[in-house]
Amino acid sequence: MKLKSLLVSLGLLAGAAAVQAEEPLKVGFIYVGPVGDLGWSYEHDMGRKGLEEYFGDKVKTTFVENVPEGADAERVITQLAKAGNDLIFTTSFGFMNPTVKVAKRFPNVKFEHATGYKLDKNLGTYVLRTYEGRYISGVAAGMMTKTNTIGYIGSFPIPEVIRDINAAYMGAKSVNPDVKMKIVWANTWYDPGKETDAANALMDQGVDVMLQHTDSPAPLIAAEKRGLRAIGQASDQSKFAPEAHIFSVRDDWTPYYVKRVQAVMDGTWKAQDFWGGFQDDMLTLASINPNLPADVRAKIDATHDAIKSGAFKPFTGPIKDNKGNIAVPADHSLTDVELAQVNWYVEGITDEIPR
Amino acid sequence: MIRIQARTEPSSLMKVASPLLAILLTLIFGGILFSAIGKSPSQALHVLLIAPLADSYNIGEMFVKMGPLLLCAVGLSLCYRANMWNIGAEGQLLAGALGGSAMALYFIDSDSALALPITLLAGIASGMIWAAVPTFLKLRFNSNLILTTIMFNYIALYLLIWAVHGPLRDPQGFGFPESAMFTDATLLPTLFENSRIHLGIVFAILSGIIGWFILSKTHLGFQIRVFGADEPAARYAGFNSKKLSWFVMLFAGSLAGLAGVSETIGPIGQLVPNVSPGYGYSAIIVAYLGRLHPLGAIIAAVFMAVIYMGGDLAQIEMGIPVAVVSMFQGILLFFLLACDFFINNRLSFSNQATN
Repeated sequence: MKLKSLLVSLGLLAGAAAVQAEEPLKVGFIYVGPVGDLGWSYEHDMGRKGLEEYFGDKVKTTFVENVPEGADAERVITQLAKAGNDLIFTTSFGFMNPTVKVAKRFPNVKFEHATGYKLDKNLGTYVLRTYEGRYISGVAAGMMTKTNTIGYIGSFPIPEVIRDINAAYMGAKSVNPDVKMKIVWANTWYDPGKETDAANALMDQGVDVMLQHTDSPAPLIAAEKRGLRAIGQASDQSKFAPEAHIFSVRDDWTPYYVKRVQAVMDGTWKAQDFWGGFQDDMLTLASINPNLPADVRAKIDATHDAIKSGAFKPFTGPIKDNKGNIAVPADHSLTDVELAQVNWYVEGITDEIPR
Repeated sequence: MIRIQARTEPSSLMKVASPLLAILLTLIFGGILFSAIGKSPSQALHVLLIAPLADSYNIGEMFVKMGPLLLCAVGLSLCYRANMWNIGAEGQLLAGALGGSAMALYFIDSDSALALPITLLAGIASGMIWAAVPTFLKLRFNSNLILTTIMFNYIALYLLIWAVHGPLRDPQGFGFPESAMFTDATLLPTLFENSRIHLGIVFAILSGIIGWFILSKTHLGFQIRVFGADEPAARYAGFNSKKLSWFVMLFAGSLAGLAGVSETIGPIGQLVPNVSPGYGYSAIIVAYLGRLHPLGAIIAAVFMAVIYMGGDLAQIEMGIPVAVVSMFQGILLFFLLACDFFINNRLSFSNQATN
């Protein structure tokens, strides 16, 4: 057995040497969750696999999963840089300051940090326009609710989540003027137990359609059990709730990763603050349930098309906040910088942002 | 027929042979595990156990990882020697991180030379307070220390999460749950260029030596040892069990608190929700691997730090999934603790039926 494994290693070495001759671009990824979370980290890993599929031998990818957002992150990012990666994607907000520190020490390595706000010469950021998918989810929820009460499971009260709650509510209101929204904070990104509790709490209060800003399929499963409806988050979660599932808003990182790797290969890579949504194929509606009524399906498609074509932007004024102030003036659409700072609820949400 | 028999005297042969036997068994089972997933066992074992110490950067990071484990484990060793089943090092660490960070933020605009010592003391005091409450509950109301310390871990965690979403949140941080970056006046100095080894590691190693000195060279330590070995004898000798309990618990709390504050004002440099990836729990393993001896804890903490880092490196260098790495770590720790069983017990082989 020893001889065999030695031969295998020799074979691998020979293979490695052959690849080395072409000098593949080395791309590293660091994930906060396990790749099996079926949500956030899973989709980033799908993006990594998409990258390998697209470039073949021209890239070599490496990933480290389940890295805590504490002192360990800086070490793992450093080790990825030391291992010769040319481009490193750090895929969770908590990796921001460690990425900034490592980027300073490795000026020749390029870094991209998801969802953050700190840039440097060799450090860019990228974020999804999840609010676009959330608006369509709101439209669907507003039409599907029989109790006129939809629910939202929040993760943490950060601008991205506040923004998405507003988008969902505006979407629902656009089709159902009587709709109310109840919000529960799970204070986690991924915890099936807590998410189930949050879902049950919402359904106990009369919610019959749920949106979630957490990553596990648990709320969908809870909705399926009670014969109610829910919308999947980040990945295609239809198989967990065949009846309850309306659609999933799927994150697709592959187009972005391909574009950025190509830029490094072409020598055109520059640090930037990138926002991607339906127009960039980074968000897609996955597995729209055939059991939806035809008018709901038609409205979903129409809203999707309007957003994808750029004809409609959800945060276009006039929009009032729930204290009565003008949050977005008429004829103005929030810029990306303004979107990053949304810290108000839109008019009609009878709740307070936790401080 | 194989039976387990208690030895009349601990086996001095097994004291030495047990870890060697454990390592041998781990190499065999680990080798089978890695072969089963198609990875070279020798390369995997090298990456997991040797590579973390292969260069100066990695050695530095090993010390960074070791620091909090050691500080917690030294305190726990003394507690367990005195039959105080403190499972609360995690909570005491988080309390230290929270208290220390609050103080560091108070000094955010300061360049006073006192800022650092006061911040450290705030962390230590917070850890002590967190250990004091369960101690008081046990001594006054005879409550179960295991349960109260575990519950206090959760209270500390949620208090920290609340603080980092609320009063300690960075006002310029776009609402993300992180404190501002601390100023240099409250950051622990690093000891070497291009390394994260900080003053906290010196404290950690000193704590091992101080713990050993107390336990082996002082009357207090003698009382602790007698108390743990034979409680009725200790009472008969007139040792004050309350005083001893208070001492070991506050000692452990202060060290865990120091570990917490050292993480935030050391390698992390700010308060984040994930200060600890479970150091307080891992330290229980470290304490037992070190056979509840403070100097043993130093060796055990180095060992644990190496296998944690090896786990990350195995992902980077060889693409071994984190689940397999965790299985390997589990196999290793199981054999190490299981083989120690044979110090005090032995197998007897006989053909006779028992009567």
